[in-house]
Amino acid sequence: MMTEWIELSFMQNALAAGAMLSIALAVVSCFVVLRKFSFVGVGISHSAFGGVALGALIGMPPTLSAIIFAVVVANAIGFVGNQKRLSADTAIGIFFSLAMALGVIFIGLSTNYNVDLFGYLFGNILAITHQDIIGIAILGSFVITSIWLLFKELLFVAFDNEVAHVSGLPVVFLDHFFLTILALTVVISMKIVGIVLVSALLVIPGAAAAQVTDRYSSMFAVSIGVALFSTTGGLWISYYADLASGATIVTLASIIFFIFFGIGRFLK
Amino acid sequence: MIKTLGFQSPRKTDIPDKPAPGQKPIVDIEDVWVCYDGKWVLKSIYLKCFEGEILGIVGPNGGGKSTLLKVILGLIEPLKGKVLLFGQKPDKKSRLNVGYLPQLSKAEQSFPVTALDVVLMGLCQQMKLFSRFGKKQKALALQKLDRVGMADHAAKPFGTLSGGQQQRVHIARALASEPSLLVLDEPSTGIDSVGQEDFYILLANLRDSQNISAIMVSHDIGMITSHTNRVACLNRHIHYHDDTDPSFESDDHHKIFGKDLKVMVHDPRCVSCMMRHKDDD
Repeated sequence: MMTEWIELSFMQNALAAGAMLSIALAVVSCFVVLRKFSFVGVGISHSAFGGVALGALIGMPPTLSAIIFAVVVANAIGFVGNQKRLSADTAIGIFFSLAMALGVIFIGLSTNYNVDLFGYLFGNILAITHQDIIGIAILGSFVITSIWLLFKELLFVAFDNEVAHVSGLPVVFLDHFFLTILALTVVISMKIVGIVLVSALLVIPGAAAAQVTDRYSSMFAVSIGVALFSTTGGLWISYYADLASGATIVTLASIIFFIFFGIGRFLK
Repeated sequence: MIKTLGFQSPRKTDIPDKPAPGQKPIVDIEDVWVCYDGKWVLKSIYLKCFEGEILGIVGPNGGGKSTLLKVILGLIEPLKGKVLLFGQKPDKKSRLNVGYLPQLSKAEQSFPVTALDVVLMGLCQQMKLFSRFGKKQKALALQKLDRVGMADHAAKPFGTLSGGQQQRVHIARALASEPSLLVLDEPSTGIDSVGQEDFYILLANLRDSQNISAIMVSHDIGMITSHTNRVACLNRHIHYHDDTDPSFESDDHHKIFGKDLKVMVHDPRCVSCMMRHKDDD
């Protein structure tokens, strides 16, 4: 039978973690798509690598140092992007490669080979501990709750940044807030999907949902469905086909995107 | 009837926007200079907008029109000069009295919101943080949509509406904060001529029934002259850069403004320009 995978404890951990972070990723990805922040997502996720490497070097828990790195880089991108002297695009290009470069330097300096860097880069479901699940649960619920609380403001800023600013909304704060949320989402997804591929899940669920919906409420619902289906389905396939979990999840999500893209063209 | 502001004879030295007795300017700009990356975008601008009037500002693309609107809103701090919005420096508080309509953007066309959702956004500011839209807000938003004749389209996706309908929805959103001034950036872009006509009638309607003033900028001289109380011209290129270039009167002028220039009987130099020449002398 094809149910034995459910009984494995590491798979249960991975599924629990995957389900929780799917919801966070799905909600965040809708805003990433609406705000055209895909490249921001790429930049922030890769910057987490510098954090992981720093953690390995100084003996700090890699998740913690990754949070610090990603949050700092996310806000730096937001800050430079708001200055209008550099385009956000340029800022991302610089910070993202700087964080990666620092990561490589830290690894070179490090004598600590206990940290599975490859696992952080590409995801390793075997490495998910109970502690990780608790961390994902806490950070994931923080991400979802805060977006839920500031939903109408975030939507307004995404729709029309300028008018939102004129009408008195704290646009700069909301931008930095969202970038911080984005950074946290990246960090909690590291172990399952991996740093390199998490940016795909920061885009695909929302992008797929946008193809077939024209209301934001249905867009968020479909996005959550896509993310949940791809993570659980991806984990299942990766177990039986003996494939890397992160890559399988992303491939499955991409296939769903292309199907929705076709359906969307047919619908509209 | 159209009175032109800023197209008076250059010899006339008094600023020609005389207020009617007891009428206070809601926007008062004096000698404003704005510089972007070392280039002058606005040079010595003088402008007044009075309560209950629709003021049009025409000028070519890149002539500094949007910048001027941002100065009025206090989003850009001028290098020099005085800006008063409702008698005070434009800031977060005085801006609450202004409804701003940017140019229709392509980005909004695929945004998954209904017309009603867009109007609801206009209510965000008045609501508490963390609160959600309830029946009260929805009724209010619907009322604003009704005010602009769009109540029937409340549930339609915003992107499926025509340009003119989208502008009406934007007006409804601006009305949600009960503004006394509307600031519009190129409102006729992307609207067919029938839609434009309706849109300007709506503005006049709002002015007459609720005393809502409007300042709008456009490169569409024909449209703006027939729908505003007064018109000001803004063209930093002609007025501000080419002082020494004698050819602008003929060639550049037509190149920039197009042949439509003839619809207005005026001198191409505006008040702020006159003032500047006076300052220079």
